[in-house]
Amino acid sequence: MASLSFILRRILQMIPTILFILVVTFVLVRLLPGDPATVMLGDRGREADIARINAQLGLDKPLVVQFLYFIANVFSGNLGNSIALRVPVTTLLVERLPVTLLLTGMAAAIAVIFSVPLGFWAALRQNRASDTIIRGTFQVGLSMPVFYVGLLLLIFFGAHLHWFPIGGYGHGFGDHLYHLFLPAVTLALSLSAVLMRNLRSAILNVIDAEYVDFARSKGLRGYVILVRHVLRNAVISTVTLFGLQVGVLLGGAVITETVFAIPGAGRLMIDSIYGRDYPVIQGLTISLAIVVSLIFLATDLLQAWLDPRIMR
Amino acid sequence: MAETAPVLKVRGLTTTFETAQGRVTAVDNVDLDVFSGEVLGLVGESGSGKSVTLRSLIRLIHAPGRVTGTVEWEGRNLVDLPDPALRRVRGGEIAMIFQEPMTALNPILPIRVQIDENLRAHTTMDAAQRRKRMLELMDIVGIPAAARRLEEYPHQYSGGMRQRAMIAIALASSPRLLLADEPTTALDVTIQDQILNLILDLREEFSMSVVLVTHDLGVVASTCDRVAVMYAGRIVETTSVHDIFARPHHAYTRGLIGSVPRGGSERTMLMSIEGTPPSLAHMPRGCSFNPRCTFATDKCASSVPHLEHIEPEHTVACFHHEAVARAGVSQ
Repeated sequence: MASLSFILRRILQMIPTILFILVVTFVLVRLLPGDPATVMLGDRGREADIARINAQLGLDKPLVVQFLYFIANVFSGNLGNSIALRVPVTTLLVERLPVTLLLTGMAAAIAVIFSVPLGFWAALRQNRASDTIIRGTFQVGLSMPVFYVGLLLLIFFGAHLHWFPIGGYGHGFGDHLYHLFLPAVTLALSLSAVLMRNLRSAILNVIDAEYVDFARSKGLRGYVILVRHVLRNAVISTVTLFGLQVGVLLGGAVITETVFAIPGAGRLMIDSIYGRDYPVIQGLTISLAIVVSLIFLATDLLQAWLDPRIMR
Repeated sequence: MAETAPVLKVRGLTTTFETAQGRVTAVDNVDLDVFSGEVLGLVGESGSGKSVTLRSLIRLIHAPGRVTGTVEWEGRNLVDLPDPALRRVRGGEIAMIFQEPMTALNPILPIRVQIDENLRAHTTMDAAQRRKRMLELMDIVGIPAAARRLEEYPHQYSGGMRQRAMIAIALASSPRLLLADEPTTALDVTIQDQILNLILDLREEFSMSVVLVTHDLGVVASTCDRVAVMYAGRIVETTSVHDIFARPHHAYTRGLIGSVPRGGSERTMLMSIEGTPPSLAHMPRGCSFNPRCTFATDKCASSVPHLEHIEPEHTVACFHHEAVARAGVSQ
């Protein structure tokens, strides 16, 4: 089975990627200026206390030894304890990561729901009024900064109309979705602009292809031609872009979570960086990186499923 | 053949495109008859409008293009037929195959899906019957190991097999007219013959007519019954395949025939046609061939010659066709 070996190969490729991520994370965190002991004790800290805490955290050992401990711990599922919050990093991750994933997932879903029909519409009405209006509107959406759009939505739909809460995460799944709606729309706006434009030009590339003429010469119905022959070929390039953009979206969640006061991984990340909370930064970076590689894996598999020429 | 009514009767077919430089006429007032069971060759240089003519017959023209005139097929005019009715004609009654199967087959769908959608559109067969029909079609066009190959994608086929697959797709619903747009140009010479013979065999088997667009006079000689020669969007001469080679009456046809090397005879200089075909946006006044024509007179530069019958089965659009015929084909 060509497809099975393709999937296996693609999954095996993730192993060096993840090892590389571990190395980079470890090195980057150590390159941050300042050390946790100084941050914890403040300016009043004495040399001896700082040295004691560093020894407690294992930070006095050579980097190589620290790295080996780090790797061994990661593979045994132990990401250490948060220096600031004094709880296991894994506990924090289990608590915070799903929030960010749900937010990103909702944003991605909203973006797809809007951009696919609009991209299609704009392509079929190429250079007519509706195409120009759709593209113009999204251009504005794309050029506005996320925090600004977020604030506008908050003020109008939250504070003014009271349709949506102005922050927080709520209790229970339905309530989560309700609380995350505005932030998800905020995130989705720039993503749908990118997707819509990409899909529009991909459709325009495909629609004059000879296989589309051949399909028309077979007397197929209009929607069969558009969906099976035009859309399926056009989305192949858009899927790649979508995967990359969802990765970016995870990063963008940091700002959105701050604006909307959502207790997600993005907020945790900012707090940990200020606090030089090495284990938390490491844990977050690693898990977000793994999530991103999983998204890329899913993108590649989806693309291979759409385009059998890739699976060779 | 002259007594029987044509199955496809084209009159005044004109296809124009609105461009930034103004209106361009790609197909200009074309009259064409296709009779039952014949292979009609549509011959001309690149840019002469032969492919656009072929596509115009079933309105397969892209957005700024506009088709006028009449294309009479089984009592209906395809030019103004409503879309649902036209869909039933396309694929079901008139099918088309293209020059380059690599680009004409959808790269991401297995061949099975591309045949099946044709059967679904034009027949009432159930899944099992369609499956049987697909295997049968693969067999008819000479693709071995049909069951396996149906599941494969175009990139897994060789060039010749791809063209066979395209023919199987086009013929799935047993059309009565096949429009073939340079079906062998993209293929190796050895494969070309196989595909042409396949088309001829299928014409018998499906008792269909074929309009074959080509620029290759060798293909015309070996496959066509009648020939229509196009130049700059107009038909300049139509006659039997024998007469086109033996007694061309249009200066352009004469030049075309003379530019083909023939075996057997002693070595002579090949004739060539001086100059290049006119751009569609800047057509000469009068006969569009007059700037390149050695027979041209003042009349040719001022008025357009229309197709007239010089014999029951021979039409030509040239004021000086008698002089051209007298000059004969050198060699």
